[in-house]
Parts: sequence; structure tokens; C-alpha cells
Amino acid sequence: MATNTLSTEKKFTWGGGKSPFNVSYGKLMMWIFLLSDAFTFSSLLIAYGFIRYSFQSPIPNTIVKPLSEVGHNFVEQMNEAGLFLQDHWPSPELVFNHFPFIHGIHLPLFFVSLMTFILIFSSVTMVLAVEAGHRMAKNEVAKYMLLTIIGGAMFLGCQAWEWTTFIGEGARLYGNPYGPRSFAALFFIVTGFHGFHVFSGVMLNVIIYINVLNGTYEKRGHYEMVEKVGLYWHFVDLVWVFVFTFFYLI
Amino acid sequence: MSDHNTQHSHEEHEHHEGGFFSKYVFSMDHKMIARQFLITGIIMGTIGMLMSIIFRMQLAYPDMKMPFLEGIIGHWGKDGKLDPNFYLALITIHGTIMVFYVLTAGLSGTFSNLLIPLQVGARDMASPFMNMLSYWFFFLSSVVLLLSLFVDGGPASAGWTVYPPLSALPQAIPGSGTGMTMWLIAMVLFIASALLGGINYIATVLNMRTKGMKMTRLPLTIWAFLVTAILGLLSFPVLLGGSLLLIFDRSFGTSFYMSEIVAEFAGGIERTGGSPILFQHLFWFLGHPEVYIILLPALGITSEVIATNSRKPIFGYRAMIASILAIGILSFIVWGHHMFITGMNPFLGSVFMLGTLIIAVPSAVKTFNYLATLWQGDLKLTPAMMFAIGLVSFFITGGLTGIYLGNAALDINLHDTYFVVAHFHLVMGSAAIFGMMSGIYHWYPKLFGRMMNETAGHIHFWLTIISAYCVFFPMHFMGLAGVPRRYYANTAYDQFNVFVDMNQFITIAAILGALAQLIFLVNFFYSIFKGKRSPQNPWNSNTLEWTAPVEHLHGNWPGEIPHVYRWAYDYSKPGAQEDFIPQNVPDAGQTDPNEEATGLPATH
Repeated sequence: MATNTLSTEKKFTWGGGKSPFNVSYGKLMMWIFLLSDAFTFSSLLIAYGFIRYSFQSPIPNTIVKPLSEVGHNFVEQMNEAGLFLQDHWPSPELVFNHFPFIHGIHLPLFFVSLMTFILIFSSVTMVLAVEAGHRMAKNEVAKYMLLTIIGGAMFLGCQAWEWTTFIGEGARLYGNPYGPRSFAALFFIVTGFHGFHVFSGVMLNVIIYINVLNGTYEKRGHYEMVEKVGLYWHFVDLVWVFVFTFFYLI
Repeated sequence: MSDHNTQHSHEEHEHHEGGFFSKYVFSMDHKMIARQFLITGIIMGTIGMLMSIIFRMQLAYPDMKMPFLEGIIGHWGKDGKLDPNFYLALITIHGTIMVFYVLTAGLSGTFSNLLIPLQVGARDMASPFMNMLSYWFFFLSSVVLLLSLFVDGGPASAGWTVYPPLSALPQAIPGSGTGMTMWLIAMVLFIASALLGGINYIATVLNMRTKGMKMTRLPLTIWAFLVTAILGLLSFPVLLGGSLLLIFDRSFGTSFYMSEIVAEFAGGIERTGGSPILFQHLFWFLGHPEVYIILLPALGITSEVIATNSRKPIFGYRAMIASILAIGILSFIVWGHHMFITGMNPFLGSVFMLGTLIIAVPSAVKTFNYLATLWQGDLKLTPAMMFAIGLVSFFITGGLTGIYLGNAALDINLHDTYFVVAHFHLVMGSAAIFGMMSGIYHWYPKLFGRMMNETAGHIHFWLTIISAYCVFFPMHFMGLAGVPRRYYANTAYDQFNVFVDMNQFITIAAILGALAQLIFLVNFFYSIFKGKRSPQNPWNSNTLEWTAPVEHLHGNWPGEIPHVYRWAYDYSKPGAQEDFIPQNVPDAGQTDPNEEATGLPATH
């Protein structure tokens, strides 16, 4: 095998001069994959828009103020107050107003903001890992990869809690107490598909982290694999910004 | 950065010489994967064609009992009568197989894999492993689709476009049950295969070209494969999203595609809030680029074959590239012309109509360039050349009816009639099949190192083109008279009874056409083992694949990869000794491959 390796080494050197985008083909392939994945998410978000705008806009909330105390039967109160109707899309701030360990207080979008902050922060640590990789600083890459993994895992945990709360209030794929039955179904599909991407990303990060610890990339002479998973991680982050905007903010 | 490349390709190419399995089954060599795609495509194509014969017999002889049917399709042909539900299943699976498995995977899977590394001058694809996965996802997908023929209730029967509610409600028709679920699983596997392949094709074309192979020196085949891969990469994910929602509607009780219209048939839980039109939008956002995913590789092959066999430079090389790009871009913004009758706002309809009709411009550029290349050429009428000219013929015939169908007002009348069937079978079906055949005859020496029989090729060509026209041309008239497509029998309608004779004529022509493919199959499989050994450059072609040895080497070229000094179309250059100058031949005095070569080769 040794002689074979020597002979192939020369044979398989790419003689194509300067590559057009000055990136390795591996990184190029990651970019192309992300482009195609962006279209998958777009199709789901467009389906969301298509269905959402076949309903009337949310009714403006003039009843509950942020931080005000509300009872445990909040959804029923809103139903009685006429804020959740079958032909109106529900106002997200009245649906996502829970926070772990704090009961009975109206905290519109506080928890999802925290989730978003955690995910964006994990993108920052990923950038630091990539930067440390350029300097070939193995221990720093490992440290920041670990922080990124922790951030991703925390986000997934938050999502699990949010889903549990949502389901506990009666949200199902085929119906929910907030109004149009497509609301919860779309929520589960879109955030579920995104969560699946985050989960895959955490798994990839774990693999890369183990390789970093084993010194695989140090031996290889470059940390390009960290950059590639970094691209994926930033993409997942970017998609969340859109999901957050479309589902929670507007 | 080039260090990385060395290391990667070096790692991936290390373990390759091995036993039967690593050489023929789980091969990572692009030439072997191309053969796997081709042979799987041919098998799927044969199955799809036999299905069409069965339902054509039904259309021609709706009242006749055909006892042999029971032998072929079992209880679906009880007492020699084709079951109406199975008729729907047959047209659905025929369409699915032909569109996706033959003309997408079979065509661009084969030729992108074979030609991209060879023509751009690369050792293999960017990621040979992903390339192998791409084939095996495709293989699994084919198996799942074929297995769905044997499940209770039969395979998917909602048409190849699988519109809800027929596809969304498992209880709608017999084929909406397990068969439909398996169709969706097959499609998800197929999309995975298409994406793995597409990412590879694009990365290879952009990043692994040999020295001197600028984008403007690429053969037109590569340009076509590149744009095809981009189209697939951007449109298949949308079908993935659409299928995902459909799977949830079918199995988990959501109502993305369910509206009040279907709610009362859903039973049990009320299902409202969605829209079946949403699926049509998502489907046709894939569906229309898909037409060009099928057609562009065939057009690229034709450009190459016509230029080589006319012994002339391709007419308007840059215009050809521009028209490929224009077709690619326009294909994304015209999907609505499949949906004119869905109650679309007429203004929106007119926007889609405008876009659709504009596609006629780049298409006409391509057609005229083919004709101008042929004009006064020194034509070598090989079977490949005949099929390429056949493609141009179908492209014109079928393209002209596209102008009728793209018109929103006319389409309301013609939608879902045999006019549509005639149109797309000519322009996308026959044209692309002819492009594929042309490619098979032309690159057979590269694929298998042997030549196919030319006489058999000519007989195959003439029988196929005559029968294809006899099958699809009369359908225009049936369509104009209003005969709807997808009907099991038209005998119940007096005004359609006049077409019984025509249906019989079409069916006889279709059977003749199918028999002609037998000649091809025998020629193809016989020549693999017994064909005449091929010389290195049998067609005196300029492109790089003919500089590689006939025997397949892992890594394609034994020594260094040839450098490229000129474009691919220096045929019959005045003053040159030969009537072709391969791309790897430098000009007299040219040392840097990136210089513009316009003069004569050094050997002169």
C-alpha cells in the first residue's frame, strides 16, 4: 500500500491551477448543500405564509399587559375574551408566554428570546473556535467547540420544554385551543425540522470535538473541518432568525 | 489551499483496487457509477414502456377481452379485463418512472457521472463516496417504487403529480393507501440521491477543472450538466418540503392540504384550514425546472454530437451558454402555467404566461444554432448523429405546441386533454429519450470500450422516430377535440367514439416502437461482451475524454492530466492537417494553457 500511496500522491494532485472561488471543494460542497437546504426551509416557510394569510390577522391584544398576573386558565380566558378565534390567526405573544418555574405571569416571548440568545451565542463561540483553528491552537478550538456543543444542547433542551408546555395546553398536529388548527401543526413542523437540524449539528460538533481532542486536525495540518461544521452551524442559526421572525414576531 | 486538495483526494482515492464488490457493486469510480445508473435506467425504462403498452391496449380495445393480461398482472386483469384502478396506477407509475427514474437519474446520472470528470480533466468526482451514495439511494428508491406494485390496493394512482386530496386521504381511492406512502418514501430517497449527485457535479465542474479549462472552454455538455445540477439542487428541496407536509397530512392528521372541499370525505376528525392548491405550487416549483432537468442534458449531448459529426465548430458557442442559463433562470418563474385553471388571478396568469412565452426565445436560439451547425457540414450520419437530429425535430414539433399551452386563455380549453399528453411526450419525453440514445451510441465506446452495431442502430432510429411521431402526433387532434387524459375508456361519450380508430392506430404504433427498443436492448447488451473493440478516439472528437485510454483506469489518465489549450470545437480549421484539433493540443509556440489559442497546432 505504501508504494501505491506514493504513486497516487502525484497522480491525484489537482493540476487545475487556481480554483475559481479559492475554496477547497469540500467547503464549496458545504456551501452548495446549504443553498439547497435553504430552499427546503423556504418551502416550509412559504407554506406557512400561504396558510397563515388565508386567515385573518391576529386580534390586537388590549387586555393583558406584560408581567401582569394571569391565572392558570389563561387560554380559556383568552378564548372567552374573544382573542382566540377560529378564523383569526392567534397572536404569538399570547401563546408563547410561559417561562420555566414562573407560573401565572404573562411573559410574552421572554422564553423564546432567551432561546434565540443562547443559539446566537453558540454561533459566537463557533466563530471563536474557527478563529482558534486558524492559529492552530488546539486547546482553544476544543474549549470553544465544547461551549458550542453546550449552547446547542441548551437550545434543544429549551425547545423540548417549549414543546412540552405547548402540548400540555392541548396543542396537537390536528388541532389546538388557540384557533386555526394549522397553527400548531405548522409550529411543530417548522420548529421540528429546524430542531432536527440543530440536533444533527450538535452531533456533528461532537464528532469534530472528539477529533480535535484526538489531534486529528493537528496532524492534518489544518482545521478546515471545524470551518465546515461552522458554516453549517451558522446556517442553522440564520434559519432560526427567520423562524423566530415569522413565527413569533409578526 | 492546494495542500488540502492533495490530501483530500489522496485520502479518498487510496483504497480502491479490490474484489468484485468494490469494483462492480460498491464502486466509487465515476465511470462504474455511470454504468450502474445507465443499466438501472434502462431496466426502469423497459418496465415503464411495458406499462404504457398495457394501458395503450386498454385505450385501443376497451371492450375486448385479453386473457393474457391475467398472466401478466394477476388479479388486476381478471377475466382479461384491465381493472380501472390499475389503469390509474399504471399511468401514474409510468409517468413517475419515465420522468424521475429514466430521464432524470438515468440520463443525467449516467452522463454527468461519465463525462464531468473526463471532460473537465479531473481524476474523479469531488467526493467519490457521496457519488456512490447517490447511486445507492437511487437504487433503493427504485426498489421501493417497484415493490409498491405488489402491495394491497396497488401502487400510487393519483397521477405522477400526486395532487391531494387523492394523495392526502388514504381512503380516497385504492391506490391512495400503502402504495401512495411507498411512492412518497421512494421520492424522498430519490431526492436524497439527486442532491448528493448534484452537489458533487457542481463542485467538480467549478473546482476540479484541469489547467487551462476555463469556463468558456468547457464543452457544452458540461455547461448543460452544470445548469441541470443547479436546477435540481434548488428545486428538489421544495418537493422535499411539499412531500414532508403530504406525509404529515396522510399519516399524522394535519391539514396542510385539506380544505372544506375535502373535509366531509375525511371522516372522523374535521380537516380544514389548508389548501390543495398549496401542494400544486410546491410541486410545480419542482415540476417545471424538472422539465429542464430532463431536457438540458439531452440538449448538451446533442450540441456535442452534432458539432462532432458535422465536423464544424458549434454555431454560437456563447449564445448556447447564454441560452442554457436563460432557460435555467426562466424555468424557476413559470411554474404557474401548470395551474391556469386553479382559479388563479388572471393578472398573475398573464405574468406566468409572459415568462413562459419568453422561454421560446432561448429555445429558438438553441434550435437555430443546431441547424446552423448542421448547415453545409460534412455530416457523419452515425446512429448518435441521427438521434441528435431526431431530438432537434422533436424539440421543434413539441416546442411549437408549448406556445399554445403557455397561453393562459387557450390552456383553459386544452388543460388535461390529449393535447397536453402529445406536447410533453414530444418535447420532453421523446426529445430527451432521443438525446439519451444519442449519448449512449456516442459514448458507448467510452462506457464499455466497445462499439455498438451501426446498422442495428440505424434500424432502431428509423423505427423509433416513425413510431414516436405516429403515437404522439394524432394525439394533438384528439386533444383539440376535447378528449381528456387519464380516462380509462372514452366509449361512454359519443363525441369521442370517432377516435376509436385513431386510438387503435396509436396503440399499434406504440407496440411497434416498443419492439424497436428490443433491437436496441439486444445491440446494447450484446455489444458489452461481443462488440468490436473501440479505438481510442472513434469519432475524431476534440474533447478530453477521448485522450484517456480505452481501458478504464482508476484516475482516468495514466500520467499527468492533459492541459487544455483551446475550446472544444476546433473542427475543420482551415490550414490544419486534420479536421479536428483536440483540446489538449497547444498552438505553435503556446506554452501557458491560459493563453487564448486561436492559431494552428504546433504539429503543423
